[in-house]
Amino acid sequence: MTVNINSAALSVGPAKAISISDVNLYYGALHVLKDINLEIQPGEFFAFLGPSGCGKTTLLRLIAGFNNARQGKVVIGGQDVLDMPPWKRDIGMVFQSYALWPHMTVAANVAFGLEERRLPRAEVERRVQAALELVGLKHLADRRPSQLSGGQQQRVALARTIAIEPKVLLLDEPLSNLDAKMRVEVRRELRELQQRLKLTTIFVTHDQEEANTVCDRIAVFNEGRIQQVGTPMGLYEKPANLFVANFLGTANILDGTVSGSGTQRTFEVSGAGSIPIPAGATVPAGAKLVFRPQYATLGALEPGAVALTGTIAHREFLGATVRYGVQVGTATVLIDAPFHSGNALLETGATTTLGLKPSSALWLAE
Amino acid sequence: MALVQSIPIRRVSAKPGQIFAISLIALFLAIFLVIPAGTVIYTAFTEKGTGALTIVNFVDFFNTDLFRRSFFNSVYVSGMSVVWASAIALPLAVLTTRFDFRGSLIIQTLGFVPLIMPPFVGAVAMQLLFGRNGTVNLILNDWFSIRIPFMEGLNGVIFVQSLHYFPFILINLSTSLRNIDRSMEEAAQNLGSSGFRLFRRIVFPLAMPGYLAGASLVFVKVFDDLATPLLLNVKDMLAPQAYLRVTSVGLTDPMGYVISVILIAVSIFAMWLSAVAMRGKDYSTTQRGGGGLSRRKLSRGESVIAYGVVGLILLLVLSPHIGLLLLSLATVWSFSPLPDAYTVAHYGRVFGESSLYIKNTLIYASLAGLIDVVIGGAIAYLVLRTKVVGRRWLDWAATAALAIPGVVLGIGYLRTFYGITLPDGTPLATLWVMVVLALAIRRLPYALRACYAALQQVSESLEEAAENLGATKQRTIRRIVLPLMTGGLLAGFVTSFSTAAVELSATLMLIQSNSDAPIAYGLYVFMQSPAGRGPGAALGVIAVIMVALCTLLSHYVIERRQKALGVAK
Repeated sequence: MTVNINSAALSVGPAKAISISDVNLYYGALHVLKDINLEIQPGEFFAFLGPSGCGKTTLLRLIAGFNNARQGKVVIGGQDVLDMPPWKRDIGMVFQSYALWPHMTVAANVAFGLEERRLPRAEVERRVQAALELVGLKHLADRRPSQLSGGQQQRVALARTIAIEPKVLLLDEPLSNLDAKMRVEVRRELRELQQRLKLTTIFVTHDQEEANTVCDRIAVFNEGRIQQVGTPMGLYEKPANLFVANFLGTANILDGTVSGSGTQRTFEVSGAGSIPIPAGATVPAGAKLVFRPQYATLGALEPGAVALTGTIAHREFLGATVRYGVQVGTATVLIDAPFHSGNALLETGATTTLGLKPSSALWLAE
Repeated sequence: MALVQSIPIRRVSAKPGQIFAISLIALFLAIFLVIPAGTVIYTAFTEKGTGALTIVNFVDFFNTDLFRRSFFNSVYVSGMSVVWASAIALPLAVLTTRFDFRGSLIIQTLGFVPLIMPPFVGAVAMQLLFGRNGTVNLILNDWFSIRIPFMEGLNGVIFVQSLHYFPFILINLSTSLRNIDRSMEEAAQNLGSSGFRLFRRIVFPLAMPGYLAGASLVFVKVFDDLATPLLLNVKDMLAPQAYLRVTSVGLTDPMGYVISVILIAVSIFAMWLSAVAMRGKDYSTTQRGGGGLSRRKLSRGESVIAYGVVGLILLLVLSPHIGLLLLSLATVWSFSPLPDAYTVAHYGRVFGESSLYIKNTLIYASLAGLIDVVIGGAIAYLVLRTKVVGRRWLDWAATAALAIPGVVLGIGYLRTFYGITLPDGTPLATLWVMVVLALAIRRLPYALRACYAALQQVSESLEEAAENLGATKQRTIRRIVLPLMTGGLLAGFVTSFSTAAVELSATLMLIQSNSDAPIAYGLYVFMQSPAGRGPGAALGVIAVIMVALCTLLSHYVIERRQKALGVAK
């Protein structure tokens, strides 16, 4: 599908900022959202990322008006929306299940929101056509939702939402009901569409790859709290805590103790060696050593690297890389070595040297 | 056997036992359903006397004023009953499914109450409450000098039927409403819709299949009902006309058969129409863990209105029962809002003289229920677990009984079996066993559904495990399948029993002597005369209590069994 955009067809107006401050939500005694504060820039493609039950969908539904939060503020384009019912908010939401009404045709589904706004018939017709053209489904206008594929249903849901020219767009796990190949295709289309419409968009997902590939910035959620906000690369490079490091990409975590003080601190990994902590690195109380699999080497040391001793526990061939599981002290860490034809591989059970540059390491707490 | 073995055909997996069972059931359905119904239809299309095929009977029917009027009256009464039943069911269904409403359980339970008493039983009590000189009109007349013709002519039939049959719409509509996913409604709110518009454009259309299923059922039931119009002295409707023609003019009169054919045709047409309307509209949209529409809290003002409406509707729904109870305890109740004085003499009389009715009812309904469960269970097993040729036909034939009204089945039995006499000279058609068989056939479709459900709950691997350990098919059925199906079979039995216990239309045609009569017939006879109303009402109360007790008892037994088996519901 090519995304056709006719700038005259749908005008979504200047992009709006979303400002969430001090939002708390309780289900009975259960504290579901804890002190949420978030600033989303106009036109930004923003992701709520986290495991299931972390509160990301709850916050999205709260923005759309489906949870009664009375604590805090949600300001969209300068207007506090928390006291408005959902049908007055002008916030477009695409549901995880798409929620297409089975008793209406595709065109009738898309026209619904426009009819509710009592727009003139000609205008409704024009915008339905424009929205369907935008998602490339003009030829399926008279079909029923049950006659469409999953990807097509998803586009209808999107067209239905965009047709009302919403202030902001909310996407609740929009790719979760698609197969793997479609997912890659649709997420590119979503990105392209968002860029052209310049519509402030929030994308809820539990899949870090989706968030990384389409979004400008990501808020990582866990247990009802925002753990960190940042760009995909920023979060990967500088995670704020162990949860974020673990959730985004693969992280090796080693227990140990800090000794020394000032610029002379070292981190002792029990039974495997020690690493000097670079001056200026922050080491919170109870911190653990964290590094990514591709930042360590096995065998010969690179200049500036420190050696830890370990034993090869297992080996997996992944194509471009060979992933070794290395027993270091009581923990097993993963090391990715680039695969080149003819390279000698390490065998399971062999004792090896694990080289790590202190500048590639992080010290993080829970 | 030798012959069978010599024919080199593809291996037939049917066991001799299965073939025997299927033949036996087929024979039963043929003799007691297909042939009587076929005879009725055939007779309607043959010329009286000569036996030549003709449609002249139908021409005569539509050329007769009375029949034309009866036809339109029946359509009108059925249609209006659907309208009023909807008016009662819709607010109740919406309140219980869309709002946090404390009374929900009461509504859902009380909604079933009218169904355990046939509509005609309440009809007389309704006369006394809502008739021209009934309680309500006497009070209205005193206070405002007006009378509302609730019970005049066709109005009375519509009023009684809609109060009786609205639970069909309530149950189906509530189920449909509960199956709508929350996101359907939220998507509409998100796009700017709310309140009544949201209900009209999204929620109700999605619940439409359930509503239509309920509405078509109500239409058919009212169209086929014989006893209610008769008791309210409304004769110009189709079912009463069929009965009156056959009982007054005689079995040879073609009009009774023509009316029967029209009754069958309209039943099938209404069911077909609702099936067509629902085709491709399985709107059940609940997602995994989605859990239906969100419920809203009522504000204080809304609560007051809601309780008011529900209270009023429930009072109306229970009025036949209340009226019946009052009537059964009244000495004299005429031209006064409430009875003049109270007595238990009617109950004494009923127990003294009419215990025969109760005994007959228990025997007939139990036998009918037993036949239904045996045949229903056998058909369910044959359809779901074997590949015997013709098993689908059994299912189809048993279900087709839905389209045969009681009057028609009664007429069919009379026509088919009257000529066959027992050695002592009495016609086979007048034997009490015929009543049992008619009741069994009429209730079979419902019992069959219960049996299907029961068998579907038993995992096939449980049977395979038994066979793997050396049990034969027969022993597996006896030791594994039957014990696990007991709850479902019992449910099927109770459904058949409780509805057969109060069914009248077929019974009215087939009962010839008072000594063979069940409660429903006794009630009908009592209610014919003003003096018999008290004992009749007492008999009605006994019937209601009997059916209610049986239903409660079975619920209790089924629940205990389910718990004992650890069946996760």
